Parts: sequence; structure tokens; C-alpha cells
Amino acid sequence: MSGRTPDGAPEPGSEAFEAELRDEIRRELETHGGGSAQPEIVELRDVWLSFGTHEVLRGVSLGVARGGTLCILGGSGVGKSTILRLMLRLLLPDRGEVLIEGRDISAVSRPEALALRERMGMVFQGSALFDSLNVFDNVAFPLYEHTKLADGEIRDRVEEVLSFVDLDPAMVLPLLPSALSGGMRKRVAIARAIVHRPPILLFDEPTSGLDPITTRRIDELILKLRRELHVCVVVVTHDVRSAARIATETALLKDGKIIFSGTPEEMHATEDRYVRAFRG
Amino acid sequence: MAFAVEAYFRLLVRVTRACLSRPFYRGDLVQQMDTIGVASIFIVMLTGLFTGMVLALQAAVEMERFGATVYIGRLVGASTIRELGPVLTALIVTGRAGAGMAAALGAMRVTEQVDALRTMGVDPIRKLVVPRFLAALVMLPVVTIIGDAVAILGGLLIAVLMLDFTAQLYINSVWETLAQTGFVLTVIPIDLIQGLGKPFAFGGIIALTSCFHGLRAEGGTEGVGRATTRAVVTSSILILAMDYFLTQILLTMFPS
Repeated sequence: MSGRTPDGAPEPGSEAFEAELRDEIRRELETHGGGSAQPEIVELRDVWLSFGTHEVLRGVSLGVARGGTLCILGGSGVGKSTILRLMLRLLLPDRGEVLIEGRDISAVSRPEALALRERMGMVFQGSALFDSLNVFDNVAFPLYEHTKLADGEIRDRVEEVLSFVDLDPAMVLPLLPSALSGGMRKRVAIARAIVHRPPILLFDEPTSGLDPITTRRIDELILKLRRELHVCVVVVTHDVRSAARIATETALLKDGKIIFSGTPEEMHATEDRYVRAFRG
Repeated sequence: MAFAVEAYFRLLVRVTRACLSRPFYRGDLVQQMDTIGVASIFIVMLTGLFTGMVLALQAAVEMERFGATVYIGRLVGASTIRELGPVLTALIVTGRAGAGMAAALGAMRVTEQVDALRTMGVDPIRKLVVPRFLAALVMLPVVTIIGDAVAILGGLLIAVLMLDFTAQLYINSVWETLAQTGFVLTVIPIDLIQGLGKPFAFGGIIALTSCFHGLRAEGGTEGVGRATTRAVVTSSILILAMDYFLTQILLTMFPS
């Protein structure tokens, strides 16, 4: 288990891979300090939510500071994606506060909520690219909707973000989403989420359904987003390895409650039986 | 059921409000006018042609008993313009464009594209529903006129080729039925007003019902299929029910 892929990167699961992973996390924490000293830019305070008689969230509190990456972990159907929907006000909580840059998005007026939404970029699990639009129109969509940039400026910005996510603009711009691979679709979705330069990025299962090498590349891209754009990132995932690579903070959700929160290293060290079982 | 009816009328109110304020997606409106109207013309013409032909054939059989075949043009004209033209065109457009609308919006909903719009600060009602609603309101009367004209032409073919009528006699007979109920502004036959008021209402029903079911789709591709079926069935029933009520209202407003 100490092999390397043809491009020289350690093979996922190998010892070299794990060692490089730990170094990468340490470097990230040293660079950005884990965000613990800064005020939280995204925060949930005692949030409760039910669908009918089913209680999905029962007093969830969590937060992440500017420059930090919070990974919300948990099994299928525990309400992880629901938390992102609350942050975007696609859902309203029964009780509690959902603070975005200090303002409760669930309590503000609709125009104020729209303004707060523009401070966020969202990457959906299935990428959610618009089928009928090509890559250029998909990525340029937020700019055409909310800015008065000239066509040339929009084109430049689209090419810039596509290059940032390691896609060749000349090759992908005219393609429809149906012509892209899963990994490329995810990159285009990330490009669309960052094209209007939001300070907060939300990811719903960014590596779900991807092979280990593409998974690693997407993780590296998330690290690069934090490193170079200094955005705050919230990632919902069930992939513990991926979370260990990218997170500065983790939170484990079970039965509608956060049963563990801490750094990836604290998660690695905890003796809690469920956390250990989840960690595998 | 009561919740669905309430949600349907809430959607109608939101769409009406959105029609009257900005932002407005002109490009999407033009695209939808093409999809709902222009792309439906051929199938509506085919339907109209065969409906007019079969009407003339059936009328000839019945009217021959009373020596009244000279009135075939009146029967084809009146039944086409007042009832069959608007209703058949609406049902055809429901099956073609309405099903397409529900499937497209349903697929967008289950693949989170509708949520993606909302997260980008775009109101899905304005972006997706309003252009389809306005396009259907405008294009249904247009395709109905074309369908009516082709149906009357179909009757003419039968009258001339099989019943030995002259074209002039048939056209005069059609015009007499249009003229008998009177005119608005001295030149527009009241029958034609009735025949165009209905497709306007039917267009609204088709777009609103299809978008309503499409935006409520859930449960993956199977859910999209269910939403499409519901959209077609509900639209068809609403069109037939609305036809009855509109006929009552129009007969009260313009008695023969």
C-alpha cells in the first residue's frame, strides 16, 4: 500500500498518501490558523426543523470562521444537505437562527435574503448545471443576472475561473453539460459558484460518485479555493478521508444532533464509539 | 387536494404579479413562443384538416336525408370556429407542448436546477413560468386561427371533390354562419371573438397547469413521468370544463 499513480501522486489509501494528507492539513492550519480566532461568518444557533412529524434537526449549533473549512459529516438521510438549504434559505427553520455574516437569513426580508444569497456560491451534489445552456452560458449566468459587466469582461471572467478549476476554456466553453464527464461537470459547477467572487462557498457531497483520483483532484481544488481566494467553505459529505484532507473543522451529525465537533485531528484521536465506527 | 387547489391559485397570483413587473426574460419568451406555437402549427394543421373533412362527410350523410346538403359549410364553419377548433387545438397543444413543459420543469426540479436558480437570486417563477404562460396566451389563439382555417379548407375539399359543390357556394355558406350572429366594430364576426376568447383562456390553463405539476415533481425520473401525466390529464379536464363555462358566459353575452 505505498504505490503512486502514473502522475507521481501517492495512491489513495497508501501510507505516502496519508502522510502527505497530514502534512497538507498541517500546512493549511498553519497558513490560516484554522479560523478559530476569527468571528464566525456562517453560524447555526440551536436550529430545529421538522418535516411533518419527523424531526430532522434537533438543536443544531455549528459555525465556521472566514478562511476556514467546515465539513459536516453524517450518514445518508440525517439532514446534512438540509443544513445547506437552511443556509441558503431554501428552507426555513422551525426554531433557531441561521447567521450569514452576522445576519439571520431566515428572519430578514426577501430582498435582504437575496442579497445574502449573492454572498454565497453553491455547488450541488449533481452539479445542477442548466441542461439547455452550454458551459459558457452556465458559468456566465450569475454575471448576466446580477452585474452590468460588458460581454468581453464576462468572457474574460468566465475563462479565468475555468482556468482556475483546471479546465481548458477553449475546449469546454461551447460544450453542453451532457458532453462532460462527472469530474468536469463538478469543476464547471465550482467555476459557476465562484464566478461572482462570493466570500462563502457551500458544497453538497462534492466527491460523491467520483473515482478516487478525481475525488483527490476536487479536494485539492477546494484547498486551492481556500488558499488563493480565502473563502469560507462549508462541505457536506459522508467521505471521512475527503473531510480529513480539506477540513479545518468537522461536525458529525446523528439523529438530528451534532454529536462531535472539532478539528480533523481531534476527530482522528477521539475514543467515541460512534465516531470511531463512522471513521472506519 | 384542497392544498393543491390553493397552491395552484397562489401560483396564478404570483405569475400574474410577475407578468406586471421586472425583471422580464424576453429571450425566453421568444423561445417559448417558438416551442409552444410555431412548433405546434404542423400537427394542429393536420388535426384541423382531417377534422374538417370528417365533419363535412358526416354532415353530408345526415343532411342528405332532408335535402339540406347546401348547409354543410354552415355546419363545418360554426362547429369548427365555436367549439372544435379551440378545444381540439388546445388538447393537441396540451399533449405536445404542455407535456414538454411539465417534463422540462420536472427534470429541472429533480436535478436541483430550480434550486440552483434560487441560490443565484433568480426567481424560478419569473424565469421559467412567466415566459411559458405569456407565450401560451399569445400563441394559442394564433394556432387556433390556423387550425380553424385548415379545418374549413378540409370541409371545402370534401364539398368540392365528393359532393359536387362549387367552392363559392361552400364559402358563402361558411360566411353566412359567421355573419348570422352579428359583428363587433362592423367587420369582426362575433363568432370569431368567441372562437378566440376560448384559446386565450386555454393557453393560460395549459401553461399554468403544466408548470404547476412540473415544479412539484419529486422522486427522480419516475416523478417527472408522474408530473407529466398529471399535467396532461389535469389540463385536458380543465380545458373541457372551462369550455362549458365559457360557452355559457359567451352565449349570455352574445345571444344568437
